[in-house]
Amino acid sequence: MPGPQPVPSKVEKIDVAAHSRPLEGAGSGALADRAFHLAMLACGLSVLALVGVIIYQLATKSALTWHAFGWKFFFDSDWDPVNELYGAWPFVYGTLVSSFLALLIAVPLGIGVAVFITEMSPAWLRSPLAFTTELLAAIPSVIYGLWAIFVLVPILRQDVEPWLGKYLGWTGFFSGAPYGIGMLAAGIILAIMVVPIISSITREVMTAVPQQQREAVLALGATRWEMISMGVLRNARAGIMGGVILGLGRALGETMAVTMVIGNRPEISKSLFAPGYTMASVIANEFSEATSDKYLSALIEVGLALFIVTIIVNILAQILVWTVTRGTAARSHG
Amino acid sequence: MASPANNATVIAPKVSLWRRGTDHLATIAAVTAVILVLLPLGAVFGYLLYKGFGSINLAFLTKTPKPPGEVGGGMANAIAGSSLILLLGSLVGVPVGIGAGIYLAEYGRNRLGNLIRFTADVLNGVPSIIVGIVAYGLVVLTQGHFSALAGGVALAIMMIPTITRTTEEMLLLVPNAVREAAYGLGVPRWRTVLSVTLRTATSGVITGVMLAFARVAGETAPLLFTAFGNQFWNWKINQPTAALPLQIFSYAISPYDDWHRQAWAGALILIILIVVSISAVRFVASRGMMKGAN
Repeated sequence: MPGPQPVPSKVEKIDVAAHSRPLEGAGSGALADRAFHLAMLACGLSVLALVGVIIYQLATKSALTWHAFGWKFFFDSDWDPVNELYGAWPFVYGTLVSSFLALLIAVPLGIGVAVFITEMSPAWLRSPLAFTTELLAAIPSVIYGLWAIFVLVPILRQDVEPWLGKYLGWTGFFSGAPYGIGMLAAGIILAIMVVPIISSITREVMTAVPQQQREAVLALGATRWEMISMGVLRNARAGIMGGVILGLGRALGETMAVTMVIGNRPEISKSLFAPGYTMASVIANEFSEATSDKYLSALIEVGLALFIVTIIVNILAQILVWTVTRGTAARSHG
Repeated sequence: MASPANNATVIAPKVSLWRRGTDHLATIAAVTAVILVLLPLGAVFGYLLYKGFGSINLAFLTKTPKPPGEVGGGMANAIAGSSLILLLGSLVGVPVGIGAGIYLAEYGRNRLGNLIRFTADVLNGVPSIIVGIVAYGLVVLTQGHFSALAGGVALAIMMIPTITRTTEEMLLLVPNAVREAAYGLGVPRWRTVLSVTLRTATSGVITGVMLAFARVAGETAPLLFTAFGNQFWNWKINQPTAALPLQIFSYAISPYDDWHRQAWAGALILIILIVVSISAVRFVASRGMMKGAN
């Protein structure tokens, strides 16, 4: 065995040396290639690691209150840091109500804007309108909050809430003193922030509906609205639902603007005029003042719950949007 | 309006009043929706310009804050602090984000790639306040105090998924023929990616980076308990640092009129920064996303 081996290897070596340059280049390139691939892979894996770190941080640092209160944590209404009693129900309630209110306002508006831009608008207006609604999404939350404090809240206090209280006070949703600051203000400012998300996703899925679909409905003698509702919206409804849920995800986690106008009081009230509190704003307000370990742990547990809910909401939304855009893309290719 | 009348004679002789009415109502509703959405946008920008320009002065741009209740002072340290935090965030977030985007576009057509792609999309939807908690746990707790570094880490975490996805999309726009041409010349793969593919998609990738930058520039929630804020100048990355959005927040909810004025001025500066970077993006994008490719 040892005898014959050196011979072929020697032959090969001479061969390589003879052709030399290009192959040598390829050889060193292979090493660099592998290093580059690994470096890029590390960057890619860091995205996965980030989610791992987020989950680990939230889970370990909230263990204290989780063991102390269990599920009761989310359904108890006593938030009393002085006596180390923590119940997050007022925050959960405030988050749900303000987000729901926001969607109630934003969904019809968002879909209306998308319908106008994709189906009704003259061509020259289309891209400026799309850009403008996108601009709404680019305004930082803190600026919305600033605007809400000094413009929206006074309008609500002086004009809108007294009017609502007078005519709709009997429903119980619009009763009590009109502070301006409160659940209604939070819902409205959230709606303004969520509209661009809903309208841009709706626009995306509406354009994914094949043109033939529209032409077919029109050929049957439909009016423009019938074409839009039967030919376009019905086909895009899963994707629109996805956009709405994505908007919900944003509304649930939105912090600054809400913190600035919701009133920050852990109370549960049927009236939308009353101040409330949300999960995100309690973290924003109390985190840096949390003195005891248990207090901090309670706040982080609120964060963990918020994280899990937004993750589920986002995954759901993604799947819904995919079913529309992916399906039609495949169809138009085939 | 001309074409339906035309249609009526040629194709559909009778469209009932009810159906025509619904059609008109739908159009009116859609137009109303557009107006209702543009109204707050106009109001926000109008007030920003009106209040902001009335409030900006030299002191605002060059001085540090006065003690509570005193008139005067400015946000110079907050503007500087924001730059520092954004710089730190970009230093970490941009290379990692672009790297992950390269991985997804060039090597990621497999299960792992799909998983990373999906995770990046999910990470994009994580509330910014949660990112703040994580940066607090990672940096503030280990260091023992608030710092600009912690703020930078929080912003980097927020930038990575955005940059990853846009970089990937832009690289995928580069035609395969360009890559094949490079391979045909014997250029190794890493060289192809860096000097041919990435180079071709440069303006698109920059667009993504600027969008991510504009998005985190106004973030307040993740800085609340990481960078924390500071009334004085600070250039050290391991010290608490003022940031423009933080300063706007604390001034806006303060009871002092002069601080309210400064909050508007700060907001105007912030929005100018963001609108300029987004417009730059639109400009670059309109000049041709794929300059080298065509």
